[in-house]
Amino acid sequence: MAILVYTESWNGSFKKSSFEAVSYAAQLGQKLNSEVIALTIAAKDDVSILAKYGANKILTVTNQTLEQFNNQAYANCIFSAAEAHQVDTIVISNTNNGKSIAPIVAVKRNASLITNVVEIPSSTAPFTVKRKAFSSKAFAHFTTNSPQKVITITPNALGVAENPTTHDLQEFEYSPSTSDNRLSSISVEKSSGKIALTEAEFVVSAGRGLKGAENWTMIEELADTLGAATACSKPVSDIGWRPHSEHVGQTGIAINPELYIAVGISGAIQHLAGVNASKNIVVINTDPEAPFFKAADYGIVGDAFEVVPKLIEAVKKHQVNN
Amino acid sequence: MKILVCISHVPDTTSKINFTQDLSEFDPNGITFVINPYDEFGLTRAMKIKESTGATITVLNVGPTSTEPTLRKALAIGADDAVRIDTVPKDACSVAKIIADYAKGQNYDLIITGRESIDYNGGIVPGMLAAHLDLPFVNACIGLELDGTNAKLTREIDGGKELLKASLPILIAGQKGLVEEKELRIPAMRGIMMARKKPLKVVAATDVTQITSVLNFELPEAKAACTMIDAQNVDQLVKLLHTEAKVL
Repeated sequence: MAILVYTESWNGSFKKSSFEAVSYAAQLGQKLNSEVIALTIAAKDDVSILAKYGANKILTVTNQTLEQFNNQAYANCIFSAAEAHQVDTIVISNTNNGKSIAPIVAVKRNASLITNVVEIPSSTAPFTVKRKAFSSKAFAHFTTNSPQKVITITPNALGVAENPTTHDLQEFEYSPSTSDNRLSSISVEKSSGKIALTEAEFVVSAGRGLKGAENWTMIEELADTLGAATACSKPVSDIGWRPHSEHVGQTGIAINPELYIAVGISGAIQHLAGVNASKNIVVINTDPEAPFFKAADYGIVGDAFEVVPKLIEAVKKHQVNN
Repeated sequence: MKILVCISHVPDTTSKINFTQDLSEFDPNGITFVINPYDEFGLTRAMKIKESTGATITVLNVGPTSTEPTLRKALAIGADDAVRIDTVPKDACSVAKIIADYAKGQNYDLIITGRESIDYNGGIVPGMLAAHLDLPFVNACIGLELDGTNAKLTREIDGGKELLKASLPILIAGQKGLVEEKELRIPAMRGIMMARKKPLKVVAATDVTQITSVLNFELPEAKAACTMIDAQNVDQLVKLLHTEAKVL
């Protein structure tokens, strides 16, 4: 049996999460002694890069009508590829697009679905895998006996691993049906130049301690200097200082970057829930009693308006010297 | 127009999560249960549609008797009737099928769920329910405008948003943006009184095979003590991020 991994692209370019998904599938393939088949839809990048991460076979779908993402059509396309290649496990990234495809694929395949996976299975019979639960307040080890499985991989949780292999390249034909087009795209608005939060390696976030929307300039400057995405706490998005799409926490976006810098955020349990999977946490707060310090790796008690500009300078100095 | 809003019964966001001693089960002791926050945005959106079109709203939960107060709260907010599918939910895949078996033949024009529940964060039920019912599915929905049976929808994508259109019936998985936080409805005394008289139907669950299960839970490792750095010595932080954390 084979593992099928769907590799998402944006405007034809692969996302880092797709390389993570292939890396994951390759490690799973070794465990199950299965072939790894990567499926690309409307990718314009050189698809052979997927072999670097362990794809033995690469299927490319180039149908022009699929250039615009469509969850129903993409799910049906993944389903057809799985049917054609004796697949028992399908791996998809737990991105916004991945999450809107995976449940449809699972139902069509009569498969079990386990989402938010953060590790390679600890056992393959029964298939047992660790996933995030309770908004990162805990993990759950899920098990399934279903012969058909769909799993979605949390971006940034496992990283990219090179595992070069020879590969077969094949065209795969899929033509959307009319029922695929019941939902149609009118337009896409991309926050230009911004790094997507869920995939960002570094995130700079700020809270009510910043006192007003106008004070975000220094946060954006720090983020630009680090190549980080910007985020905010819930109260800040509720007041409207920052867009909802930046709200990280229990009812916003859950992230797990390499580095999370929180400025002027006290660290309520709902906020921690969404960010405590970050590998390194830096907290800058005027209040030495802020609960966030208990969840942090590095802390500075001080005024954000003094500390952040100094931090920007210090990072720039470091970048020049290294 | 008939709207179905699926309601998940979840621990309040401020809850500290505990498990039984062998980590095999979630320990509900001392936990306050609420309407899943993502579902609240959907319910309020449904209320606005009801007020402008006269639609009826059914709220539904799959759960034992103990989830009824959560359904009553949804009725107090303004839903017309409630359905509790009487079973202890085992996994998201089976819950999706159980709801689908009930909803089939009910001819809902619009089904609204939350993007995910804040306990298991699976995001599984909405999409699987849509697939079982063969409905178009909009995940992470942050905007819905109806004009008759034409829907204009906005969904969140990684680093942006997409505007879409579809004809009813559809299923959306909502979140903040569907309505604003300040627009969320809180049950008023009159609503609470009226909710007591509104129908809450209890139906049996169909027999669905469970295909995933939780073996056990694990709590995240406790963090080591935070390294405090003097505000006058920010260079030290950058140095530690370089030499110790190795991220810079």
